[in-house]
Amino acid sequence: MIKETYPVKAGDMTAAGDVSARIKRQMKQLGISAPIMRRISVCTYEAEINLVIHSLGGELTFEIMPGKILVCARDRGPGIADIDKAMTEGWSTASNEVRNMGFGAGMGLPNMKRNADEFSITSQVGVGTEISMGFLI
Amino acid sequence: MRVQEIANVLNAQWLCGEDCASMQVSTAFASDMMSDVLAFVQEDTVLLTGLINSQAVRTAEMLDLPCLVFVRGKNPHQDAIERARALGIAALLTPYSMFEACGRLYMAGLQPVRLGEDDD
Repeated sequence: MIKETYPVKAGDMTAAGDVSARIKRQMKQLGISAPIMRRISVCTYEAEINLVIHSLGGELTFEIMPGKILVCARDRGPGIADIDKAMTEGWSTASNEVRNMGFGAGMGLPNMKRNADEFSITSQVGVGTEISMGFLI
Repeated sequence: MRVQEIANVLNAQWLCGEDCASMQVSTAFASDMMSDVLAFVQEDTVLLTGLINSQAVRTAEMLDLPCLVFVRGKNPHQDAIERARALGIAALLTPYSMFEACGRLYMAGLQPVRLGEDDD
């Protein structure tokens, strides 16, 4: 059993991806299979980017359990008023600055849902958002 | 197609990763939006992009892509090149536009990533 929590700073696009890269290195060391590792990496990276661009800061938790890996992204921030809309491909509230960095295409949450075996999202406007993703190993 | 052939077809300069020259890629994908890349791309794919910051390299890292091509002769940021070098990802710089680079690779026989064929 391994459980690690990594803080993610808001607004720092230069460092965006550092936590996901660290988690990926950890998975490699643990011998997680490449296809599962790629799916988890896509999800951690999208989640990390969301924390950087949309939140006031948050954390990514990576947990290995028997038969399963759990990734959880929690943030403090504006929250999501309409989750159904946010889950629609192509819908995004990202700024042009974020788009210039290659993100904000409105694919982040749908990408996470597609790649995870289990996906749940809860959000409270003005408080924050929590996304939990499970991957069967 | 080997990465070296991609470099030849695109008249490209090697920015790093020359030791990946003999690696094989089977498909190509072109986008400046990294979420689209994360949504559609499989491994063994070369990514063509006009995005020159380190997120292009991060995206390649997450997907285990062996090769990145920066189009329009736009030199990527130095930290992007350094990151690609550290990760053992080949980075190429082509003078061609995105359209022309894709066209030349397609004519040379490189296949597109097939969309809508994911496993869900």
